[in-house]
Amino acid sequence: MKFISEFRRSELSKGLISQIHHKSRTPARLMEFCGGHTVTIFRYGIREVLPRTIDMVSGPGCPICVTANADLDKAIALARIPNGIIATFGDMLKVPGSHSSLQEVKADGGEVYTVYSAMDALKIAEERPAKNVFFLGIGFETTAPTIAASVLQAEERKIKNYYVLSMHKLCPPVIRAILNSGEVKLDGLICPGHVSTIIGSHPWDFIARDYGIPCVVSGFEPTDILQCIDMLVDQIESGESRVEIAYRRGVSPEGNQQALKLMAQVFEPCPAQWRGIGEVPDSGLKLRKEYQHFDAEIAFDIDPGPTREPRGCICGAILRGVKTPAHCKLFGKACTPQHPVGPCMVSSEGSCSAYYLYGGGVEG
Amino acid sequence: MCLAIPALIKTIENKEAEVEIGGITRRISLWLTPEANVGDYVLIHTGYAISVLDQEEAMETLKLFEEIADRAEEEG
Repeated sequence: MKFISEFRRSELSKGLISQIHHKSRTPARLMEFCGGHTVTIFRYGIREVLPRTIDMVSGPGCPICVTANADLDKAIALARIPNGIIATFGDMLKVPGSHSSLQEVKADGGEVYTVYSAMDALKIAEERPAKNVFFLGIGFETTAPTIAASVLQAEERKIKNYYVLSMHKLCPPVIRAILNSGEVKLDGLICPGHVSTIIGSHPWDFIARDYGIPCVVSGFEPTDILQCIDMLVDQIESGESRVEIAYRRGVSPEGNQQALKLMAQVFEPCPAQWRGIGEVPDSGLKLRKEYQHFDAEIAFDIDPGPTREPRGCICGAILRGVKTPAHCKLFGKACTPQHPVGPCMVSSEGSCSAYYLYGGGVEG
Repeated sequence: MCLAIPALIKTIENKEAEVEIGGITRRISLWLTPEANVGDYVLIHTGYAISVLDQEEAMETLKLFEEIADRAEEEG
């Protein structure tokens, strides 16, 4: 058992596809919340093999895509602080802020490093005590516990020059905001797999209970997604709505208690700005008072200047599931992965990038 | 961004483990999965193990998929 190739066997996919065709009668719109799921769906051509009854729409589950320009501008302003070093996950470099990008700061001689892990950022801080190392805390509940662990590791190892710019986002509150907006009608939700590895499946209960929408947590291999769709179709056809897990090898109803404990020890919920969605209460994380000496925004005076949104870009509407990249005038013309205008084209998990790489143009 | 990859734990020392990912060995943190043991498969996200994978559940899921595939073939 390697936990990968076994879940990519085409004969298993064929069986699941056949079963979905056999069962599905009611027209249904399903949202995959997570950008990782969007990539699997496009890479394996899953939309094309589903019955006509099923319509798929992508959600806002790409942390880089939903980062508001105002937050990006803060990161870029930090990069210009003398003796500052920015350490960040790769995709952030190319995202255009209001006036510049981290890549441009780097080209101007700024110290901006791509790291694989918060531990790598910590290592830079340890090795270069005269510098201030700013780690860009981007990511959902999957990533936030790793950043929490890095803060606790910094405390333990008495590293005083490590700072976090916390731009973390929480998924259940934003789904609530999207459903409350009434802009998009959903008949089923493919819940994010690795977010649920941390938080468990219970935080999705309100969607099935209060909104009557079937929810199934999915893994990231093609058979995982197909099994998830099959389980959603079962609920839809029987008129039921509950939360189920189609990724039992990696997700339990209770989640990862240790990760939740560390995350709650270091961070507390706060309002957060989401691109295209606006401010959502309790959907962000900030460092708790006890750990504020690691908070880049508190330790340093940042002046990001006025925020400006890219003209003609409809990433916001795409993130809400209201429009697809096919509706965007810039898509594939002024906006490509080589020269992205909006974040959904920058991130490898953004809808625009997935459409561009796998969608064969603007078919939506 | 929430990408996590299954990897086999080879050794454990001080909340850190050596894992094998596609033939390459690397060190990861066990801060989030203190219950992990040598021989376990864990999901790795940005250098941290975020979950110990449940082998029994995986086998059961695959068995279910095989049954569905067999049934689909019979039904043509």
